[in-house]
Amino acid sequence: MRCLLLFCVLPGVVACHMPEGSEPRATDVSQSPVLPLSGLEFQSVDVQQLQADDFANPGMLWVDRGAALWTVAEDDRSCADCHGEAERSLRGAAASLPRVRDGQLVNLEGQINRCRERQGRADLAYDSEMMLALSAYVAHQSRGMPRSVAISGDAQPFWARGRDYFYARRGQLDLACAHCHESYVGRQLRGDRLSQGQSNGYPLYRLEWQGLGSLHRRLQFCNTGVRAQPFAAGAQPYLDLELYLAWRGAGLSVEAPAVRR
Amino acid sequence: MWKARISVPSKVSPGTAVTVKTLIAHPMETGFRRDAIGAAIPRDILTRFEARFMDEFVFGADLHPGIAANPYLSFEFVPPASGTLALMWRDQRGQEVRETLSIEIAAT
Repeated sequence: MRCLLLFCVLPGVVACHMPEGSEPRATDVSQSPVLPLSGLEFQSVDVQQLQADDFANPGMLWVDRGAALWTVAEDDRSCADCHGEAERSLRGAAASLPRVRDGQLVNLEGQINRCRERQGRADLAYDSEMMLALSAYVAHQSRGMPRSVAISGDAQPFWARGRDYFYARRGQLDLACAHCHESYVGRQLRGDRLSQGQSNGYPLYRLEWQGLGSLHRRLQFCNTGVRAQPFAAGAQPYLDLELYLAWRGAGLSVEAPAVRR
Repeated sequence: MWKARISVPSKVSPGTAVTVKTLIAHPMETGFRRDAIGAAIPRDILTRFEARFMDEFVFGADLHPGIAANPYLSFEFVPPASGTLALMWRDQRGQEVRETLSIEIAAT
């Protein structure tokens, strides 16, 4: 009897001694550990209005630029020569990225460069003005559509590594992504409210950057924030994490180009 | 410089004010910032915006380093008749971007 009592009490005692959220871990892999909320919900009303106004949203400058580049021929061939009208041919394309192609995990920037390689052109660097314009334009064609990425089969190992990255402590501050973006969502971090770290608005216009930036630029910024050494944009750990984040926010609408503080 | 975004209503009733909205891509670098190795980033800003309707001045603005990148400027005026609106942005080196658009007064 005493033995039984001990077993009943012990889990309670253990739970008391574990500070809430100190060591977050994903336990259920069948669904996202959070009820997805867009980062837009954590912004002030004026930022939300800036994003909602298609004229004032400064990210639309890049979408315009991308639309202009779409029909500009390089070596007698433009994006439009193969893809036609992006409004129709690429509607929804960005909502299912990243995905596995030929054994590699490919995101939107990677897909644009794969396309360019097939046409014998040099890769565009992440966060170059041309890449931002094209990625913003293509992502914008999926605006309002729910994101849905495949994580089974070929994609499973990438997803698992992305999940491990999300829950691994790093940097001098010894924090995992999950500490801020899962355990302390909604709390104040200096002038910001901590969001879930959803990725449905990228590429997005950050007021702090005074410009458009990719998800990988934001991840570098997060790494620097916890005083970890950031990876290069396009590095495999960021691609894996991008897949995990997309799955984690499944169902959220594409907002590109979003506006954040 | 990139093309500016400009918005005006396509048709305007006589005697009513038109809201003109403009957004132009520009870094508006203040000149007060330093790069990663501590070198000063030189100032690069737009200094002047002007709007003329049929050569008549309707709106102007002086821009300074405190204005954020990609300046959004909006103003209202009452066009006396159908005509063209000429917009001009000038940077600190005197380079100009010009855009013109027509405003049509709808017959009542």
